[in-house]
Amino acid sequence: MVQDEPKDDGQGIGKFKDITFAALDEKLAEQGKAVFEAKCTACHKTTDQKVVGPGLKGVTTRRQAAWILNMVTNPVEMTQKDPTAKGLLAEHLTQMTFQDVSDDQAKQILEYLRQNDAAGAEEAKK
Amino acid sequence: MKSKPMKPVFSFVIALVAIGLLISCKPKKVDSALSGDAAKKVYVAPGKYDEVYLFTSGGFSGQVGVYGLPSGRMLKQVPVFSQDAETGWGYSEETKPMLMTSHGYTPWDDSHHPQLSRTEGQDDGRWLFINANNTPRIARMDLGVFKTREIIELPNCGGNHASPFTTQNTEYVVGASRFSVPYDKDGDASIAEYKDKFKGTISFVKVDKESGRMNLNFQLLVPGVDYDLSRAGKAVSDGWVFFSCYNSEKAHTLLEVNASQRDKDFIMAVNWKKAEEYLTQGKAQKWAANYAHNVYDEKTHTATSTMEKEVNVLDVKGLPGICYFIPCPKSPHGCDVDPTGEYICASGKLAAVIPVYSFSKIQKAIADKAFDGDFDGVPVIKYEAALDGEVEKPGLGPLHTEFDDKGNAYTSFFVSSEIVKWNVKTKQILDRVPTYYSIGHLCVPMGDNIHPYGKYVIALNKITKDRYLPTGPELTQSAQLYDISGDKMQLLLDFPTIGEPHYAQACPADIVRKHEVKFYKLDSNNHKYAAKQEKDANVVRIGNDVHVYATAIRSHFTPDNIEGVKVGDNVYFHITNLEQDWDVPHGFAVKGANNSELLVLPGETSTLKWTPDHAGVFPMYCTDFCSALHQEMQGYIRVSPAGTNTALKFSTGEEEKK
Repeated sequence: MVQDEPKDDGQGIGKFKDITFAALDEKLAEQGKAVFEAKCTACHKTTDQKVVGPGLKGVTTRRQAAWILNMVTNPVEMTQKDPTAKGLLAEHLTQMTFQDVSDDQAKQILEYLRQNDAAGAEEAKK
Repeated sequence: MKSKPMKPVFSFVIALVAIGLLISCKPKKVDSALSGDAAKKVYVAPGKYDEVYLFTSGGFSGQVGVYGLPSGRMLKQVPVFSQDAETGWGYSEETKPMLMTSHGYTPWDDSHHPQLSRTEGQDDGRWLFINANNTPRIARMDLGVFKTREIIELPNCGGNHASPFTTQNTEYVVGASRFSVPYDKDGDASIAEYKDKFKGTISFVKVDKESGRMNLNFQLLVPGVDYDLSRAGKAVSDGWVFFSCYNSEKAHTLLEVNASQRDKDFIMAVNWKKAEEYLTQGKAQKWAANYAHNVYDEKTHTATSTMEKEVNVLDVKGLPGICYFIPCPKSPHGCDVDPTGEYICASGKLAAVIPVYSFSKIQKAIADKAFDGDFDGVPVIKYEAALDGEVEKPGLGPLHTEFDDKGNAYTSFFVSSEIVKWNVKTKQILDRVPTYYSIGHLCVPMGDNIHPYGKYVIALNKITKDRYLPTGPELTQSAQLYDISGDKMQLLLDFPTIGEPHYAQACPADIVRKHEVKFYKLDSNNHKYAAKQEKDANVVRIGNDVHVYATAIRSHFTPDNIEGVKVGDNVYFHITNLEQDWDVPHGFAVKGANNSELLVLPGETSTLKWTPDHAGVFPMYCTDFCSALHQEMQGYIRVSPAGTNTALKFSTGEEEKK
């Protein structure tokens, strides 16, 4: 009998689980911007434009925080096992690489993406 | 059988008969007697790692080959002394200085003897040293990254063959002149004056314990014979190095005949700690010199070449206690020290015995002054006073000896094409196996350590003849793997090698793997022209030089459109690989490049100089398949005629920078 796929809880595969957000930490987001520019911009824009990988505008509303952190720190296993990440690899066809990002740096990047999405939401309201 | 090894055909017939007997008497054992057993011993399942790293000299390729054992799978060729267009070694701006010598840029050499660094007489897996035979040099490869990181030239030396042969704690690697040459009056002397004016030198290159950095500490000026091979003492003989010498006839022409006249040549025992004492006492002469010292810096990803101008020379003639000659039958080649450090085995290429000297007897002979006069001012110890015993009728053309961990020695025989196993203490021959064909060196993993890993012996053969599918007039070079864990040696595998595999060293993989580096950290990249993120990409003109600060990541270059280059410009593509993951190099090639490609490793910056010779739009692309969109990793550079006004601009995607 074929085993059922494990239930997808949307948190991805990796060390991060059940991450809840506090209020936006501007300082953390500032640090995240620097890391993002050094290690991510070659493939991702913060708009909705696809480059090598998908544009990241709205990513913090599309995905859970743990999923994003797991994708940044554990991309190979994610694209092998996580249904959403597998789908993204099939769409973009380039294996996302681990860019030697520490756990702290991953959290900084996430904060920057939150800030980006918050700014986007403000923009939309106007 | 003892003196005359079987011819291959004869042994094949015997083997068939033996198999026939096995089939008729004990059918169940046929499998183990046949190759099934050997196949099992060398089979490494797909996805599994080998047990042992083997480092072979590339011989006249000038490089080092890296293999896994027992499978014999080739893992890598590491460029050392020869340019390598595949990796850009010696072509990229960063690596060109590595091949500088006192003769200018030197793109080829002949590499012979790999030597692993060691701590307390055991391979420590940090560095691999190898000699250049033609333009005398010693290179140091870093085994964290499998890259050549330093090359030092040896002045006052012709043919650096007995090299590098590390001491017990890698205090020194040595060099020695195979060819003696004259040193007075700018070295300009008649060749006919050989006997009076030609001298040899032994170089002692000190190795820094932490960084591995080499420094020519001193040279010994020694009699003008040919110094052939060497081994450092260890354990009881730590502090000494032994060299084999031929041509004690001091012939300078037709050495094949003229250097084979005397019954005995020499082993030279060198007390390097004594030499260090003289050096400390200021007994060295300062000789003016001119030799290159090339160092690659892993932070700047750039090599620098410095010309050193002076060397300390100790003339052993006036400094007693450094050197002693020990007579050795007929043109000795290998000169090998057993794991205890007590026994030194020498192999006269034309001799009928293998003499085994005792280190303690040598010490006693020196104390007792048991000398047979001197040779050019160096005392000659009486043969019998130094001798522990002789291995009688071992075979024809003995060359090299390595050791296992059970008190046995394995000697290669070039003429009779075999390996002979004998006991170091009893000198009794225990076993012999044919090699295919004409074995030179042989290698036991850690076979020159205090505790060898005595599971295999590898034969490094000079001739393969009928062993492989033919490939025209030039056939592959080859090694053979034997199991030596039992009483009888068993041939397991033939495998091809690059260049001529002179010597090889091997050690269990874990010893090397603990130093493993997976990529270079971008944060530590201090290259002058690095673009560590895409927004740092830039194109800068300084006169006729155009510097392109470019990045590479799966799968695009930034910038990938460049205009404003003119015919007559020198374009420097500084490519930084932004990947921070294992096994993701990017290649870079541009049409019409007269040098090579670049192979840029994750976190590294590498530079290709390109001089476009006519106007047009030139494609450039990534050469190392990097992702599903690798074929899209391409770009253009526009070259306008000299004197035109095309503006310098560059871009990737829509954004254009000026």
